[in-house]
Amino acid sequence: MRRVGIGLLVALVLGAAVIAATARTTANAGTSAAKAKNITIWVGWSAAELKAFKGVVAEYDRKHSDVTVKVVGGINDDKITAAIRSGKVPDVVSSFTSANVGSYCNSGAWIDLKPFLSKDKIDVNMFPKTSQYYTQYKGKRCALPLLADVYGFYYNKKMFKAAGLTSPPKTMSQLTAYAKKLTKKNSDGSIKVAGYNPFLGFYAGNAPDLSAYAPLFGAKYVDGGGKSMISRDPAWNRMMKWQKSLVDWYGYKKLQKFNAGAADEFSASHAFEIGKLAMMIDGEWRVAFIGREHPSLDYGTAPAPVDDAHPELYGAGYVNGTIIGIPKGVKNKDEAWALVKYLTTDSHALAIFSNGVRNVPTTKASLSSKDIKPDAHFKTFLKIFANPNSKTTPITAAGNAYGSLIQAFAVKYQAGHGGDLSGGLKKLDKQIDAQLKQAQAGGVP
Amino acid sequence: MTEITVPAARAQPVDRTRAKRKAAWRRRRLVLLLMAPWLIGFSVFFGYPLVMSVYLSFTHYDLLSSPKWIGTANYRYLFTQDSQVGGAVKNTLWIIAVMVPLQVIFAFGVATMLARARRGVGFFRTIFYLPALAPPVAATLAFVYILNPATGPVNILLQHLGIDGPLWFQSPGWSKPSLTILGLWGVGNIMIIFLAAVLDVPRHLYESAELDGAGPFQRMRWVTLPTISPVILFSVVIGVIAGLQYFTQAYVAANVASGQASQAGDQTVNNLGYPEASTLFYPVLLYQHGFRYFNMGYASAMSVMLLLVAFTVTVLIIRNSRRWVHYVGAAK
Repeated sequence: MRRVGIGLLVALVLGAAVIAATARTTANAGTSAAKAKNITIWVGWSAAELKAFKGVVAEYDRKHSDVTVKVVGGINDDKITAAIRSGKVPDVVSSFTSANVGSYCNSGAWIDLKPFLSKDKIDVNMFPKTSQYYTQYKGKRCALPLLADVYGFYYNKKMFKAAGLTSPPKTMSQLTAYAKKLTKKNSDGSIKVAGYNPFLGFYAGNAPDLSAYAPLFGAKYVDGGGKSMISRDPAWNRMMKWQKSLVDWYGYKKLQKFNAGAADEFSASHAFEIGKLAMMIDGEWRVAFIGREHPSLDYGTAPAPVDDAHPELYGAGYVNGTIIGIPKGVKNKDEAWALVKYLTTDSHALAIFSNGVRNVPTTKASLSSKDIKPDAHFKTFLKIFANPNSKTTPITAAGNAYGSLIQAFAVKYQAGHGGDLSGGLKKLDKQIDAQLKQAQAGGVP
Repeated sequence: MTEITVPAARAQPVDRTRAKRKAAWRRRRLVLLLMAPWLIGFSVFFGYPLVMSVYLSFTHYDLLSSPKWIGTANYRYLFTQDSQVGGAVKNTLWIIAVMVPLQVIFAFGVATMLARARRGVGFFRTIFYLPALAPPVAATLAFVYILNPATGPVNILLQHLGIDGPLWFQSPGWSKPSLTILGLWGVGNIMIIFLAAVLDVPRHLYESAELDGAGPFQRMRWVTLPTISPVILFSVVIGVIAGLQYFTQAYVAANVASGQASQAGDQTVNNLGYPEASTLFYPVLLYQHGFRYFNMGYASAMSVMLLLVAFTVTVLIIRNSRRWVHYVGAAK
């Protein structure tokens, strides 16, 4: 009996202790919840770029004691889609694939940001027109731009000097002449140094769907009625003929071998960075990569050369960028929006982040921010971004499906297997129209 | 007064029937219970996805919003308007017509040699089987590296021999043969099955054939092949089904060979099918539509057609096999 009594007493004491501890924890949690909400942001950046982004977010954390932001890097769109479908979403997501904004907005997977923009009286005209375009779909704005990618021209100054060239080419015919002059071959005829590599698929500047070249030729994708007009726009014909003629000059197989021997695009042995490529079209991020990996490289940047028939386009380029939004199902919408607003509209934050990753800041005000580290190489891309002729690719509800069709034909044509160009482009128009109809037609840039 | 009770013998038929029914139900319940793990797994991982795929094939479904019924529109697009399907089907048929027979022949050849080996049997069996254990992604990465036309050891060796090596994974004409070489390298699983079958051929059949004057080729043709014909059938069926689902190696090879390996999984670039759609197989195109283009309804229609084709081909092969497959001990 005595033992039972002692046992009961011990159990009561233990139970009281547990209840007290739980109550204290709950109280603490309640107090903590009142102090700071935890929100999570998913981004695609990794390594050094992720570090730079985390630095910007840390600054936001310091300014906002009511919120703690957790950053998860290395995210791609497959993971974003899976999270939305599972219902376990982060508070903010960011994607490198602006082509998917059509699906995200159309399906409601990313919530409409218009109510938040209206509430905070934010005018979207603070973003350049191109960035406004690739962050919405058919008028539904579910994303904002978070730094842009702008394509320009890189050239090796040392090689230019050695070849007696004093300035970068401004037209495609000049580019062709320079490429031939700057190319060096091995004794067996293989390419040792390529003056310019026009091979579709070789690095980002030669996107196989020709997206990086389209603005340089003024090439249009769709007409006012939303129909594909690739065969009706002579710019496409000129663009593809020019590209193939330079591939033929090098030799298709020789270029294939050169490409196979080139290092991965994002390695420190990038062909341009190690002097195997004299000129290239690439994104503004390359400035940061060269600064980190080969700071002694003597190179210059300029707008990419343009179609001889349209010299007025000089200064323009292909623009794309990272998009950021709030997925559906988020509980902390206000906190999520506050972070999105800060990252996309605060000139200081944009400038600091731009300095870290050398991407272009995406508001008109931040383009001229004093916080941007002056860099002559990078300045070129700020100008290209602001150029009214700079364009992006169409947004549809099917991602870049039409781009794959263009790519399929373009790579066959460059290999000499595409047959008649005009006929092939007409067939391509029909294929794109059928595909867009099948997947819902998109808007026009 | 003596109590009158119904004799036990008259009450037995009713009780016995009920008892039998109860016993049968208990047995059925036990069987169901023991089969439950498989039934649940089958329903969750096969039955439900199959039914849903068929349903989704009649809808427009972008993974992110509810499916919208569109009837047979996906099938009409598949058969009349998708410009990439024809090429994808041809590529898949190539794998079935070329890679599968070569794998079966190569596996049989290696098994026959191993069956004859006298010394180092264990060593050689291990050597030939080990590649089958390599993860497909790692194996494909290694092969793309080895067959790199500029820096790969194969072409460097060929260069020393005065031969201008092909572009392998960079060439639309050589990309599928390169994948076939990779497939032959990893043929260990089928090889082991062939080895067991070859070793199981009754010795007395060879002795009888030898006594009748049959040479090595005739013994192979009239003794070995008929005896192991069920294994050949199995290998062909499994090979054809694997060929119809060929994906991993094509996906990895296209991304790595295009120089965009660091971007695999990233949707900003699309290298599937590199080069020139020569490695764009039917399952790869299906994946592209479902997961890159937010077109899961159409991808479901493609998967239903793939299932029907796989089923039809398997039935045809098995029906045809009645003419050439001999089961030892089976009644005529």
